[in-house]
Amino acid sequence: MFELLGITPQALFGQLLLGLINGSFYAMLSLGLAIIFGLLNIINFTHGAQYMLGAFVTWALLHYFGLSYWWALPLAPLIVGASGIVIEKLFISRLYHLDHLYGLLLTFGLALIIQGVLRNNFGISGLPYSIPPQLSGGQNLGFMFLPNYRAWIILVSVIVCFGTWFVIEKTRLGAYLRAATENPTLTGAFGLNVPLMITLTYGFGVALAALAGVLAAPIYSLNPNMGAELIIVVFAVVVIGGMGSILGAIVTGFGLGLVEGLTRVFYPEGSAVVIFVIMAIVLLIKPAGLFGRTA
Amino acid sequence: MAEAALKVQGTDVATPLLKVSNLEGWYGESHVLHGIDFEVRPGEVVTLLGRNGAGKTTTMKALMGILTKRKGSVVFDGHETIGLPARAIAKLGMGYVPEERGIFSSLSVEENLMLPPRVKPGGLSLDQIFELFPNIKERLSSQGTKLSGGEQQMLAIGRILRTGANLLLLDEPTEGLAPVIVQQIGATIARLKAEGFTIVLVEQNFHFASSVADRHYVVEQGKVIDTIQNAELEANIDKLHAYLGV
Repeated sequence: MFELLGITPQALFGQLLLGLINGSFYAMLSLGLAIIFGLLNIINFTHGAQYMLGAFVTWALLHYFGLSYWWALPLAPLIVGASGIVIEKLFISRLYHLDHLYGLLLTFGLALIIQGVLRNNFGISGLPYSIPPQLSGGQNLGFMFLPNYRAWIILVSVIVCFGTWFVIEKTRLGAYLRAATENPTLTGAFGLNVPLMITLTYGFGVALAALAGVLAAPIYSLNPNMGAELIIVVFAVVVIGGMGSILGAIVTGFGLGLVEGLTRVFYPEGSAVVIFVIMAIVLLIKPAGLFGRTA
Repeated sequence: MAEAALKVQGTDVATPLLKVSNLEGWYGESHVLHGIDFEVRPGEVVTLLGRNGAGKTTTMKALMGILTKRKGSVVFDGHETIGLPARAIAKLGMGYVPEERGIFSSLSVEENLMLPPRVKPGGLSLDQIFELFPNIKERLSSQGTKLSGGEQQMLAIGRILRTGANLLLLDEPTEGLAPVIVQQIGATIARLKAEGFTIVLVEQNFHFASSVADRHYVVEQGKVIDTIQNAELEANIDKLHAYLGV
C-alpha cells in the first residue's frame, strides 16, 4: 500500500515518530499552559523561556557541577519551578484583579528579559549536550529504527501528562484545584488556601515546561531562542485543544504532533503551517476549542 | 432549664457565639453596610429579614470574609475576625451556604460533599448526612450541578455539616424551591438546632423563618433597624409587613 502512495514504510513511520516526539513536547508544554491558565487566568508567555531555562539548567548542572542528565531530570524542574514561584509571588500575583492582557504583557516581557540575558551570556550558536550513555543507540523494529532516547521522551511525556491528568481529575487534590479554578472565592470560604494553591500550581506548570527542556537538551539545539521558536506552535495547540482544558492539551498535543508528521510525509511544504491552518478552522467552527467549554 | 443544660458544644450560652458591632462594608466605592449590629448565642437560630437589596447577603459575605472591604467588629467564638481572610474564618468554625448554593459543576456530588476540609471535631459523618438527605447518597457520582435545586441545597448544607462548623450561615436556603422541599429544609434546620448548631439565616419568606427562628433582625439600607423575638412575631405582624413591603 505504501509503495502505491510512493512512500516507504521507513519514511512514514520515521516521520510519525518525529511527529510523536514533537507532540510529546507540545503536550507537556500545552499542559503546563492549560493548568496555569485554568487556575490563574494568566496566559503565560514566559512558558517558552522557562522551557529553555530547563534545558540551560540541565547544561549548567553538568558544565559547572558535573551533575549528569539523571540528576538534572529532577533538579532542573525543581530549580526552574522554584524560580516560577518567585515570579508568581513578586509579579504575577499583583495582576490577578486586572484584565488578562496585563498578565500576557508581563509574562511576554519577562520572557524577553530571560532570553536577552542568556543570549548576552551564551550567544545563540548553541551549547553541546550529549544523550546519556544509557539511552544511546536504538532498536531495529523491522519497519523502522527507533532511537532509544526518542522512545524515552515519548514514555516520559505520556507518563507525566496522564499522571497529571489523573491527579487533577481523580484525586482530592485535583478536586481542590478544580474547585479553586471554578470559584476561588467560595473555595477559600471553605477554609482552603487558594493563594497557596495558585502559587504552587504556577510552580508546577513551570516545572513541567522545565522538564520538557531537560528532555529536549540532548536532541535540540540548546540556545536562548529554543523556547521562543516552539511556544508559538504550543499556543496554537492550546487554542485548538481549548484554553484551560487539561485533557484537550494532552490529546491535542500528541495528535497535532502526529498530524504534523503525516503532513511532512505527504505534503512537506505544508508541515510548518498545518497546525495554524487547523487552529484557524477550529476557531471558526468551535471557538472554545475542541475540548473547551463555552462560557 | 438547668444552667448545665444550657451549655451547647462546650460554650456558655450567656456569651454570644457571634457578636457583630457597627459592621460596615463596601463593594468597591459603594458603601452598602452602614453599621450592622446583632448577636447570636450558642444554639440559637436568628434570621436577617429585609427587602431585596437591604444588605442581608452582603452581611453574610462580610461575616464570612468574602466581602474584604469591611470595618467594625465581628467577634466569633471569642476571636475578632474583621481582619482575617475567609479561609481563616472558616477554620474557626463558621460554615457558609451561599445564596446560589455554590455547587461546583466541575466536581461530582461526592467531590462537592468532600471538598470543605474538616475544621473542628464534631462534624457529621457521611452516614449521618445521608440519613438527613437520602437523595444525595443515590447521586454521589453525578455532576454536582445535575442535581435538582432542592438536592443542590441539601448538598450545600450537607457539605458544611461535615466540616464541624458550629455556626452555619444559610443564605436564602428556600429560594426557588418547591413547598415540599422547603418543608424538608425547615425540618432539617429544626433538627440541627435541636442538636446544638447555631444558625444565621437570611430569608425573605418570614413564614418559613418564623417556623425555625428564635429571633429576627430586620435589615434595611445596610442597618439593623429592628429586632423582633419570634414569640412576639404575631403581635408585630403589621410592622413586619410594612418593613418587608408585603
